[in-house]
Amino acid sequence: MPTARDGNGKAPRNGDIVIDVEGLSKSFDGKQVVRDLALQVRRGQIYGFLGPNGSGKTTTLRMICGLLTPDGGRGTCLGYDILTERDEIKRHVGYMTQRFSLYQDLSILENLEFVARVHGLADPIGAARQAVLRLGLEGRERQLAGTLSGGWKQRLALGACILPKPDLLLLDEPTAGVDPKARREFWGEIHKLAADGMTVLVSTHYMDEAERCHELAYIAYGELLAQGTIPEVIAASQLTTYTVSGPDLNHLAETLLGMPGVDMVAPFGTSLHVAGRDAVALDRTMARIGEGAKLDWRLSSPTLEDVFIDLMSRSQDNFR
Amino acid sequence: MTSLAIRRWPGALSRTAAMFIKEFLQLRRDRLTFATMIFIPLVQLMLFGFAINTTPRHLPTAVLAYEDSDVGRSILAALRNTSYFDLVQVVRSEADMDHLMRSGRVLFGVEIPAGFERALRRGDRPALLIAADASDPVAAGTALGALDGVVGTALARDRGLPDTTDAVPAFEIRQHRRYNPAAVTSLNIVPGLLGVILTMTMLIFTALSVTREIERGTMESLLAMPIEPLEVMIGKITPYVVIGFIQAALILTFGALVFEVPIAGSLWLLAALSTLFIGANLAIGYSFSTIAQNQLQAIQMSFMFFLPNILLSGFMFPFAGMPRWAQFIGECLPLTHYIRIVRGIMLKGAGFSDLHAEALALLLLMLIAMTFAVRRFRRTLD
Repeated sequence: MPTARDGNGKAPRNGDIVIDVEGLSKSFDGKQVVRDLALQVRRGQIYGFLGPNGSGKTTTLRMICGLLTPDGGRGTCLGYDILTERDEIKRHVGYMTQRFSLYQDLSILENLEFVARVHGLADPIGAARQAVLRLGLEGRERQLAGTLSGGWKQRLALGACILPKPDLLLLDEPTAGVDPKARREFWGEIHKLAADGMTVLVSTHYMDEAERCHELAYIAYGELLAQGTIPEVIAASQLTTYTVSGPDLNHLAETLLGMPGVDMVAPFGTSLHVAGRDAVALDRTMARIGEGAKLDWRLSSPTLEDVFIDLMSRSQDNFR
Repeated sequence: MTSLAIRRWPGALSRTAAMFIKEFLQLRRDRLTFATMIFIPLVQLMLFGFAINTTPRHLPTAVLAYEDSDVGRSILAALRNTSYFDLVQVVRSEADMDHLMRSGRVLFGVEIPAGFERALRRGDRPALLIAADASDPVAAGTALGALDGVVGTALARDRGLPDTTDAVPAFEIRQHRRYNPAAVTSLNIVPGLLGVILTMTMLIFTALSVTREIERGTMESLLAMPIEPLEVMIGKITPYVVIGFIQAALILTFGALVFEVPIAGSLWLLAALSTLFIGANLAIGYSFSTIAQNQLQAIQMSFMFFLPNILLSGFMFPFAGMPRWAQFIGECLPLTHYIRIVRGIMLKGAGFSDLHAEALALLLLMLIAMTFAVRRFRRTLD
């Protein structure tokens, strides 16, 4: 491979950029799933990949790790071309699928040994045993993988992914259907891995998980709508948000929708988030609503969720 | 009571209808099941109707003549006229004849001894030897039955012969049913069954192997791992070679103990060629697995392949009795070649020199299937 690499043979070609793709497009049966997508991920980062269901997250991840051939576009992953050097990519990338894809009828240890052998590790049995210890599954290593609970399945899948010590981890909605405690532990593990220099690209549609990422990208209907750190994304949205609390919020929500300046109304527990891009119009509307009513309303900074829901509704409009 | 039943009726009807419509829609989506429904009856009809013939004619026959005489020629002509015997080859020695019969290329051997005509004219009632490959009793049976008429018709027009009466024929036809003289059915069936059972089990085992990965969702991470299609195939096929071996050993042991089926030839040769046959079937099953979308389709495809194997391989019905097109299809099936191999080795004591063409055919079929499978195996999820 004519690639410039340092001594350990793992450094990507262009310095610190681990994933560098542009113009990625893919359609299935004439339906465009990903369009003209560009993404750059730096080494050691936890990069969140957000978007609603069916937005093209999984397709993008699969294109990056060589499981799908893009219709258009180009790019590199770990310095290897995603179109021509897939075999190399597969050697250095750990890909954790959305659906549990270890062998349910093999034991925990047998699954890990299989992964270790396929990757040609020198001591597959030893490596698998170490992974069992790291996962905290000692004593249960003979248990069939299919009999594990959801949270443990995810941890095992992650353990299998990092067993061959990949440089890049692609996680496709790794915590879907997992309880909060297991999720927190899972994220703790991911941060530890990133601290050790592993790059992680993780797709999710949980906002609290998005906030645990160093940087994120938001994709909807196959298009990248926002990208950057959380403050950057929020600032770029140019959204003005009011938090309103008081009686009869359901009724108020209906009234507010359609009033000038109001782009989005969303209930949050006992309060209402009212957001809009036209700050002047929204201020005027809020001033009028607030008058006389027994409402407590104040200007607040938009949350990530406000931003994404606004992005999504706008993108849907564009799509039609 | 009745009113309750009546009141329940419309509900039951609409629920049944709901189920019916759903099943129908699903059936319509599943094209392969649809194809199977059309294909199987049609193919069965065609095969049973046109290809299968339990009283086969035009069976390949070799002639070994130690003298060239008019009487000999008219006897051969009479044999041909029965329409059961096709004289396809003239051989020069007993050894050549044996080789042809062991390899299964001819089913009959006619031997005209030296001095046959002279003995005939002297009224010595000489003997004409007809050896039949009775490893398939059905194929040999009817043709041998037709021999009785041959003696009379052969010499009817030859006036230079002494008193030919119906009571005392001028010459004798000595039949020699080789390889299975007592026409024991199990001697014919057990070796063939070895091939049939191996075909069935090997096909199904590997036909499911790739589709299972797809259905259980393990394919995605398998594809994301650094493993080559050839490595996947070899790794998936090899365990079943061992299983095939165990099956073969079981059948052979039981065949020998219970049905007293001998192994006349070399057990090592049988083992070696069986490995080839097992490999060919595993490769074919595996290639089905790379086409099928799910396990049901894989089973259906295996079944569609299995059917002609049973009917056209010579296992159930005489191969020589089938029309050319059916024989051509038969030649493309591994079972056809294996049945010749296994009957050859077990019953006829055939060696590799008798069977190398069949071995080559098996090797070729295996390589074709493997090449196809490796090229079909998707390295991506596209």
